[in-house]
Amino acid sequence: MIQKTVDNVSDALSGVTDTMTLMLGGFGLCGIPENAIKELVRLNIKELTCISNNAGVDDFGLGLLLQKKQIKKMISSYVGENEEFERQMLSGELDVELIPQGTLAERCRAAQGGFPAFYTPAGYGTEVADGKETREFNGKMYILEEAFKADFAFVKAWKGDEAGNLIFKGTARNFNPCMCGAAKITVAEVEELVPAGELDPNTIHIPGIFVQRIFQGERYEKRIEQRTVRKKI
Amino acid sequence: MLDKNGIAKRIAKELQDGYYVNLGIGIPTLVANYVPEGIAVEFQSENGVLGMGQFPFEGEEDADIINAGKQTITTLPGASFFDSATSFGMIRGQHVDLTILGAMEVSETGDIANWKIPGKMVKGMGGAMDLVASAENIIVAMMHTNRAGESKLLKTCSLPLTGVRCVKRIVTNLALLEVTENGFKLLERAPGVTVEEIEDATEGNLLIEGEIPEMHI
Repeated sequence: MIQKTVDNVSDALSGVTDTMTLMLGGFGLCGIPENAIKELVRLNIKELTCISNNAGVDDFGLGLLLQKKQIKKMISSYVGENEEFERQMLSGELDVELIPQGTLAERCRAAQGGFPAFYTPAGYGTEVADGKETREFNGKMYILEEAFKADFAFVKAWKGDEAGNLIFKGTARNFNPCMCGAAKITVAEVEELVPAGELDPNTIHIPGIFVQRIFQGERYEKRIEQRTVRKKI
Repeated sequence: MLDKNGIAKRIAKELQDGYYVNLGIGIPTLVANYVPEGIAVEFQSENGVLGMGQFPFEGEEDADIINAGKQTITTLPGASFFDSATSFGMIRGQHVDLTILGAMEVSETGDIANWKIPGKMVKGMGGAMDLVASAENIIVAMMHTNRAGESKLLKTCSLPLTGVRCVKRIVTNLALLEVTENGFKLLERAPGVTVEEIEDATEGNLLIEGEIPEMHI
């Protein structure tokens, strides 16, 4: 068994420096790597390019990095819930590249799986296609999109083992599996870290080969963005 | 004239047994409340769930189970979770039968704009561009006119596009329309709405053939 465990978040982020490109899993605040984000804030690493579907909210998730102006560029599909983000974007302090959500996921998966690029119909005929190669297949138009290149991927899983194998829960899965192995170093934080052999190999979502470092996260807040409920009758 | 729930009710009549359906945020979400009796449909949310159920009971919310609007949800028997790339594989690969989404503008050729107002609202396209580029069957749910009273059914869209030549049907507070090669074909009038009122509220080419029935909802 190849051991992937690191002792704490500090060791997990060893080697992260200014101006790097990072991938961060999560959809909204669901399934975000809370511990890694807090450590990035503590280390005050700056001029980051962040690839993440969303940008958190003002006081949680990637919003924490935005508050301290640690992000130079965001690559996202939807950034609607963050006023500080909007302010920095409109004032020109923050460079923002908005791309279709499926394209974002696939650019991660392409990096993970060794494809330099792929064709997708998403965004054809819109400003997303500006400057990109287009091609017709079977009478339909597609645009060429390239795999991401990133230094670190920070993902969050439900359970993991010492070998780096990961299991996700519910919709907290989202972009996390796509980002594993899509950067030079993948760091996984998990709610529950168990010894190798305790997880049934049949139930593994992401094999440890895609993960370089794994650690047990602490004090997960798991904030809910839109608490919607119905009353018991 | 229809309210938002009325629009959702009319769209729900377009659902067919065995459909996998993606619902956008806003009026489309309401469609789930009006699935006709006796048919089975499954709702897909692009953040990674098929088989979405109702909102959870108070106290039973799970931060790890949300929809694309970031609302807490529940799942139904037969539900599944999956990653974002798989989710958009379902969409791009045309395994999702019907996409229902809102719009700011639709053109008479079926172009749609719903993600950006330059200088004002720049939140991003989310999954909308993937959905409209791939779905075989797209229904737009929206008000016929904007807050300033201007038509949202146009000759050409003025806002940045989300997709081109993709919208098939539109249900508004005034009418049900189909996008054809020659423009918006009026299929049904909303209750109490006249053909003239629909003509006045439609900037793009409107095709009116014969008697236009009033919709049943």
